[in-house]
Amino acid sequence: MASGSTTPIAATARAEASPLPGLIKDAGLFALVTLGLCVPIVSYRTDLGQGIGLVITSRWGTVFALCAAIFVLRFLQQLYLGGRDRRRAARAPIAVVEGASRLGAILAPITLGIALTLPLLAALGAGSLGEGRYWIDLGILILTYVMLGWGLNIVVGLAGLLDLGYVAFYAVGAYSYALLSTVFGLSFWVCLPMAGLFAAAFGVLLGFPVLRLRGDYLAIVTLAFGEIIRLVLINWTDFSGGSAGISSIPRVSFFGLPFTAGESGFAATFGLAFNPMHRLVFLYYLILVLALVTNLVTLRMRRLPLGRAWEALREDEIACRSLGIDTTITKLTAFALGAMFAGFAGSFFAVRQAFVSPESFNFLESAIILAIVVLGGMGSQIGVAIAAIVMVGGPELLRNLGFLKAVFGEGFDPNEYRLLLFGLAMVAMMVFRPRGLISERTPSVTIAERGR
Amino acid sequence: MTLAAGPTRLATVKDEPLAAMPGGPADPVLIVDHLTMRFGGLTAVNDLSFKVGRGDITALIGPNGAGKTTVFNCITGFYKPTEGMIRLVQKGGETYMLERLPGHDVNRLARVARTFQNIRLFPRMTVLENLLVAMHKPLMRASGFSILGILGLPAYRSAEKAGIDKAAAWLDRIGLTARADDAAGDLPYGDQRRLEIARAMCTDPVLLCLDEPAAGLNPRESSELNTLLRLIRDEYDTSVLLIEHDMSVVMQISDRIVVLDYGIKIADGTPDDIRTDTRVIAAYLGVDDEEVAAVEAEVGLTGTQA
Repeated sequence: MASGSTTPIAATARAEASPLPGLIKDAGLFALVTLGLCVPIVSYRTDLGQGIGLVITSRWGTVFALCAAIFVLRFLQQLYLGGRDRRRAARAPIAVVEGASRLGAILAPITLGIALTLPLLAALGAGSLGEGRYWIDLGILILTYVMLGWGLNIVVGLAGLLDLGYVAFYAVGAYSYALLSTVFGLSFWVCLPMAGLFAAAFGVLLGFPVLRLRGDYLAIVTLAFGEIIRLVLINWTDFSGGSAGISSIPRVSFFGLPFTAGESGFAATFGLAFNPMHRLVFLYYLILVLALVTNLVTLRMRRLPLGRAWEALREDEIACRSLGIDTTITKLTAFALGAMFAGFAGSFFAVRQAFVSPESFNFLESAIILAIVVLGGMGSQIGVAIAAIVMVGGPELLRNLGFLKAVFGEGFDPNEYRLLLFGLAMVAMMVFRPRGLISERTPSVTIAERGR
Repeated sequence: MTLAAGPTRLATVKDEPLAAMPGGPADPVLIVDHLTMRFGGLTAVNDLSFKVGRGDITALIGPNGAGKTTVFNCITGFYKPTEGMIRLVQKGGETYMLERLPGHDVNRLARVARTFQNIRLFPRMTVLENLLVAMHKPLMRASGFSILGILGLPAYRSAEKAGIDKAAAWLDRIGLTARADDAAGDLPYGDQRRLEIARAMCTDPVLLCLDEPAAGLNPRESSELNTLLRLIRDEYDTSVLLIEHDMSVVMQISDRIVVLDYGIKIADGTPDDIRTDTRVIAAYLGVDDEEVAAVEAEVGLTGTQA
């Protein structure tokens, strides 16, 4: 913005000297710049007239509305920023950190509690299980991304290896289940570990040649790997069905009991009335368990020498080598473990959709998962979970903002603004919390444990 | 003049530079044999041979750019020497050819630990975690290469506790117990130096290589460092090889000194030998051997006997 020459500090200083007039002057300046920008862009619109030629419509009302909005926003922003800076100055920085970690400690059990009871809450909230379907579906979607975020967090957050092709391992997992079940007729419970192993094997396969690279170079090679997997899936039609994908993948069973209405089905065996929602609820708890296993393993790993070596590797690779840590093996294990969880998530994806196609594994998916990890705060488990809820659940909220139509007119579809809001959220995060939502690191061990 | 910073003044010039070291120490832990390191057309180290005695503190000194850190990087596996052999002899007699080992095995198998000229801690990890990372090898084995550890078996937990105890003992020794749970990057400079030495010691080395451990320390801190290094030599089976510019450290604690200039060894002997060596003084003063006497007379050094 042109009047950005009034830096926040200068503005704040002025605001402190003479609070109200200073703020009004500053906001007025912003409104003036807005006016300058609006005159050529907004003030006149050309429409097709009745006959030939264009009709000019003037829109001065909109221009002044915009100027007023900018004035008010700038005024409030300065009021808030000034107050915040004064509060910050008064408070020791350590208090901020403690506040954030306490926030994490409170949020974690609440989030877990909601996650555990979501099907019940949805059923109660919507009236019946069937009507709560939307919420359970959304929960499954969010949890899939939470799991992917936690898996990628091992690679990016702990080991510090920037992986832009994480979705490739997700694809390997999904296609593993799709092919093994449709071609060999194996059940989901046999395929799940196999999908994880396949994905981990691909992680090692990719890792061996590229892990000598660092930073940007590693990012580019992993990006290419993600695209290679996708292109192979599109073009190797005999193997993967090409862009048509693989359909009618067998559904999940309750450890062998199918979710069908028949005699041997899940509902009949347990003496329940048949309800198609049973399968969905089961899927929900399945992904919840898978995600929690990912979390548990990550937390355990942080306390193990290998996990500490990952974090040490992120901090200083040369020092690691001087301490006798084999950096290649250490990076490979991080890559393989991260890939394995993506493989599990992938086979879950395939069993839920009953259909896979290469379209589901494009670069945007990798970007979203990476954004979840970075926004959540690299290395923070609860931060990643919250970021996943916001990034995946947030856009869903837009569907329900019907009242905006009353404001912006009937043709307004909030969903079209998804990516715009996405970008705005990113910019806001970079400005206010550049190191992610939960940026402080919890030590994996404390000296107090010596006496225990 | 750097050499004069020692506790005793420089003695008169004697003209017998290399005579004092015919074979070097009798029981060497490290034998550097005809080491040459070239970077393109530049010969950083040229045909260098020396030995580090078991249980000794050996100092490697020389003017800036003499090739000291290059020698260190060759010994600790960060560079592969162009020519020459570097052998490490452990107490039982097993010998490792350091120049043939992959980088991390120099520490893991041959048990050579090092610190760096510009400190390389893991800044965002805590002090305690820094020390535990150094115990990677024994803890890794105790955790069954993570497989048993993931399952939460008690074997790993007791091994980790032993590791924490060992780290705590080192923290006591370097006076950092109170800051054990702070991020290592937040420590003052002198504490970071000591922590880096403690971290290297946590790998149970037979040879500890310190690259300018006293750089940036004040006089009190550098005398604490002397105490720490003597303690390492006397109480552990660890020999010390150090690069240092601070002559008060070098002259007080070294059992033996090797002097490099332009990648060539110009002297090797006890601190007393080095103090009186013509070529060393010439190298530090930056003049030819023949002019040393004249320059010393000019700066008033001649005749001030130790």
